[in-house]
Amino acid sequence: MGNRVFIVGVGATKIDEHWDLSLRDLMTEASRKAIQDAGLSKRDVEAVFVGNMSSGYLQGQEHLGSLLATWLGIPGVAAHKVEAACASGGAAVHSAYLAVKSGVYDCVLAVGAEKLTDATTSDATSALMMAEDQEYVAFAGFSFVALNALVYRTYMKKFGVKQEDIALFAVHDHKYAANNPLAQFPKPVTLDEVLRSPPVADPIRLLESAPLGDGSAALVLCSEEKAKRIGKDILIELAGSGLATDILSLHDRPDLTTLAATVKAKSSAFKQAGIESKDVDLLEVHDAFTVLGVIHLEDLGFARKGEGWKLLKEGQLERDGDLPTNTMGGLKARGHPVGATGVYQVYDLVTQLRGEAGANQVPDAEIGLAQNVGGVGGTVVVNIVRRVR
Amino acid sequence: MRSVPRVWRERVTKYRLIGGACKDCGKTFYPYRRSCPVCGSDNVEPRKLPETGVVETFSIVRSPPTEFVGQAPYVVALVRLDDGTLVPAQITDVEPDEVHEGMRVEAVLRRYREQGEKGIIEYGIKFRPVISNE
Repeated sequence: MGNRVFIVGVGATKIDEHWDLSLRDLMTEASRKAIQDAGLSKRDVEAVFVGNMSSGYLQGQEHLGSLLATWLGIPGVAAHKVEAACASGGAAVHSAYLAVKSGVYDCVLAVGAEKLTDATTSDATSALMMAEDQEYVAFAGFSFVALNALVYRTYMKKFGVKQEDIALFAVHDHKYAANNPLAQFPKPVTLDEVLRSPPVADPIRLLESAPLGDGSAALVLCSEEKAKRIGKDILIELAGSGLATDILSLHDRPDLTTLAATVKAKSSAFKQAGIESKDVDLLEVHDAFTVLGVIHLEDLGFARKGEGWKLLKEGQLERDGDLPTNTMGGLKARGHPVGATGVYQVYDLVTQLRGEAGANQVPDAEIGLAQNVGGVGGTVVVNIVRRVR
Repeated sequence: MRSVPRVWRERVTKYRLIGGACKDCGKTFYPYRRSCPVCGSDNVEPRKLPETGVVETFSIVRSPPTEFVGQAPYVVALVRLDDGTLVPAQITDVEPDEVHEGMRVEAVLRRYREQGEKGIIEYGIKFRPVISNE
């Protein structure tokens, strides 16, 4: 089954509208922090995987692997960009995992970075739509929010669920972001504020949608031998990483209310980690829109179809509930710098497993699962981390 | 990013609504391609799709991509054609607030977007409400 893989260092910038920082500044800073956190030298890094979706369109900049290696001052290392729309970050973690698991490299960086505020809102909207079929779906004027709105409307109709029970996800995320210094919106919101915010693409309202922001997060992944040589008190294993695709466009799929790629990626990651749903102590779901958060709980096997919202309403997703979820603010309030999100999710899980989550700390968590979605489920990555005693 | 040949090469599938039918699993889909998106079979044939159907689900775009700025609010939908095929398209010739699930619609050729001031104008199929003759 290959070598075991350990996360020995993490680093991230605050998610924000960083007017004073460029894309390269952000990813260089996160990488430096992660290497420092690992207690390693940058010269220990043998390969770099950069998750990013839209640098070509938004910054006119591609070739991020060589760019980051150059700006980090480690020219010559293996390095390249990994792109899978909003799942680019998770896919970079997946690639880095495979690189260490295979035994080819002993020490690699998985970085996610995105800078959305170099563009106008309409340009960022165009960039996000590049996750979909350009010739037949983007062509027709759909926005990415509108695609998710189709899922939302279909879900509410099929299962008879009210919007107020789904929109609660935004309230949940904001509550935890309030205690996260890296979060883009560290403040609570009320359900009434969410439901009265303006519609972006009916029925999705502004406060049900993840914000546009900039940020970068990075992880240092090492082989078991190298991790043990570093000698940390708490060892965090990247115990499984599953990636799966689904039919790209919604109109080709048999069911709009389930993401088949989540089910497949989860099964693959569970098999690698040797665990089941009931073993998961801590969850990060890709709730770019409230309804997607609810659907993910179902597709990951924690609720029956049409009933994910009940976990939310019954308080099971709270810090002291049965299934603490998005306990650092989730996509809605920690923020969603698209290609960085999958790495932030793992960063947040590691923060919890190390006991460094402050007021959001979940007691005694051992196994965490991060689900990162590209497009409307065209790609899903599931990464599983485990604290090793 | 867009170009004349890029629009031109899609003209048959796009303007005539040419989809595909899978002879193995029975799925019909749009646009035509050589493999069935659901079962993966290559035993697929092109098929002219019907030009009438109903609105399956829809949304009103209020914050549009750059190419559609100035057109919002407008309605995007999945239309269930009479043979069961789902197609993505705009709903036109109707106020956004009047669109509803199950609304009967028919295909019309309409302008979608322009490739800048000097570029070509892209057309495609939109759907408008069917006006009853009864």
